[in-house]
Amino acid sequence: MKKRRNLILTLAALILFGGFLYYAQHTFNPYILRILNLCAVFTIFAVTFNLIFGYTGQFSLGHAGFAAVGAYVAALLTMSAAQKSANFFLKPIISPLANVEIPFLPALLLAGLFASVVGSLVAWPALRLRGDYLAIATLGFSEIIRILLVNLQPITNGALGLKGIPSYTNLYWSWGAALVCIFIIKSLINTSYGRAMSAIRDDEVAAEALGVSLFKHKMMAFAVSAFFVGVAGALMANLISTIDPKVFLFFLTYQIVGITVMGGMGSLTGSTIAAILYTVFLEALRPIESPFTIGPLNIPGIPGMRMVLFSILLLTVILFYRRGLMGTNEFSWDWLIGLFHRKDTALAAPTGGAEK
Amino acid sequence: MSLLKLDSLTKQFGGLTAVKEFSTGLEAGELCALIGPNGSGKTTIFNLITGIYTPTSGTVTFNGQDITGWRPDRITACGIARTFQNIRLFKGLNVLENVVVGKHLRLKSDPFSATFHLPNYRREDEAMFAEGLELLDSLGLSRLAYEAPTSLPYGEQRKLEIARALATDPKLLLLDEPAAGMSPTDSEELMVFITHILKTYKLTILLIEHQMRVVMGICPRIIAIDHGETIAEGTPEYIQNHPKVIEAYLGVADYA
Ligand SMILES: Nc1ncnc2c1ncn2[C@@H]1O[C@H](COP(=O)(O)OP(=O)(O)OP(=O)(O)O)[C@@H](O)[C@H]1O
Ligand SMILES: [Mg+2]
Repeated sequence: MKKRRNLILTLAALILFGGFLYYAQHTFNPYILRILNLCAVFTIFAVTFNLIFGYTGQFSLGHAGFAAVGAYVAALLTMSAAQKSANFFLKPIISPLANVEIPFLPALLLAGLFASVVGSLVAWPALRLRGDYLAIATLGFSEIIRILLVNLQPITNGALGLKGIPSYTNLYWSWGAALVCIFIIKSLINTSYGRAMSAIRDDEVAAEALGVSLFKHKMMAFAVSAFFVGVAGALMANLISTIDPKVFLFFLTYQIVGITVMGGMGSLTGSTIAAILYTVFLEALRPIESPFTIGPLNIPGIPGMRMVLFSILLLTVILFYRRGLMGTNEFSWDWLIGLFHRKDTALAAPTGGAEK
Repeated sequence: MSLLKLDSLTKQFGGLTAVKEFSTGLEAGELCALIGPNGSGKTTIFNLITGIYTPTSGTVTFNGQDITGWRPDRITACGIARTFQNIRLFKGLNVLENVVVGKHLRLKSDPFSATFHLPNYRREDEAMFAEGLELLDSLGLSRLAYEAPTSLPYGEQRKLEIARALATDPKLLLLDEPAAGMSPTDSEELMVFITHILKTYKLTILLIEHQMRVVMGICPRIIAIDHGETIAEGTPEYIQNHPKVIEAYLGVADYA
């Protein structure tokens, strides 16, 4: 009964959301569309980071590296032969890659697959490490990937990067991918495998003593995460149409960690909301980086001011509100309806945030 | 043939020998206690059996199979479960889920059918929860099934750890000071409970206990160790009057 109602509500919400995407795609200007697409990309980044850290407890800092792999794979697979030869004027691109040009969907999937394979290869040795050591190792790997991008000139065009990547990414692709990602990760978390991952997060020794293979489950979290990070990287490449190794500096990972922490470790709803808020506010606050005046005060433009604000906010959350926006709570229809009920009847029934 | 055979197990931590040439055997269905003063190496012996530590030398044989140096999860899969001296429950999961995690190792469905909730997985998942509830029920914990484990009183947390261990379907259960921190009445009750599960689940139990009197009444055989070495092994009466045991516990009259 309740299940049916929730299913209908979910379908209705999806149709409404689809309608909004259709409307937005056809009426909004490219600038707004780009922000909305980036919202979806960062949602994927945050949700996947949550799977690795929030649910499985592995502090990995490899996101920028996985995203880079996805971005470059998709870019090289979707660019036309002419575009590639225009890009690679220093040294030509290696021959099998010069002429491939495939549609967006297989390019996205291959980007994900590639990132997933790289993610697993990184995880394989690194997962023997715990806590801070894992963070340092994955950070190192991410940097290695970036340095390979700079130096594998015949494949990646080195520091010059790739220009003129076809702008295939639209709201349907980006939000479609984000919804699939949220759905799959949420479903995975709610299985026995997901519970085993949470057990690892809470206590590795006890989990292993209960027969949970640490390696297998950490690996699973990494492979699934890296797949979607690769897809998100691909969406980003085909959105901003110009990529170079500097896009994938540690700074990208830092933003993803910050967003996820602010949204709440262990809440996909929190990750999604925080990713959207972050992307939107980052744009909205652009003016504070240019000179402005308050009354008699002339404030010169300070580049990077927004990041200072972001970091201060992140610090505040970590120091005083570790739960973040949502803690471990998730959005659910029962919770929403409970909220309305509470307003209707003065009899406030405690709902406790509605787990799951 | 004994279910568990420990053959001159030795574990060194740097210069410290925590366990020295420890040998013993456990017959199927037996309830045996391992006693000894603080730091005598009891927990280390458990860690050697369950694969948390690899012995410096010696072998562990379970069910006729040499399991020395195996990974803990593989050892659990072949039928050894344990509880911890310092309670280690999964704080992010509720009581029932804590137990159900113990069933994960018997899951047959692959991650794909699980993620997409295909019928084969749904059946298994439902069965896991049903069995988990049944287990909680038989241990008198079912009313707490959906509580957070940290909200449980201490004694119940210890019972939950036992329930969780039982969920893995063990043949051998290792209990590390299950009565620690309990009042005399509570620990007596717990010992009755342990003899109850021994029979109900057809287990073999090795039990670490600090206080001799707690196990006197229920364990037909007691192994006393000190400084990682067996000092006496036998019936409660024999152990109680053994000069070396008395010496080891000397000055700590409370334990005897
Ligand atoms: N990982 C380790 N590294 C170094 N020394 C250790 C380690 N584990 C145990 N020890 C040492 O080995 C000895 C035996 O410890 P163990 O925990 O087995 O004792 P115990 O009999 O369980 O004591 P208690 O009654 O206090 O639980 C102690 O001296 C302890 O300090
Ligand atoms: Mg101990």
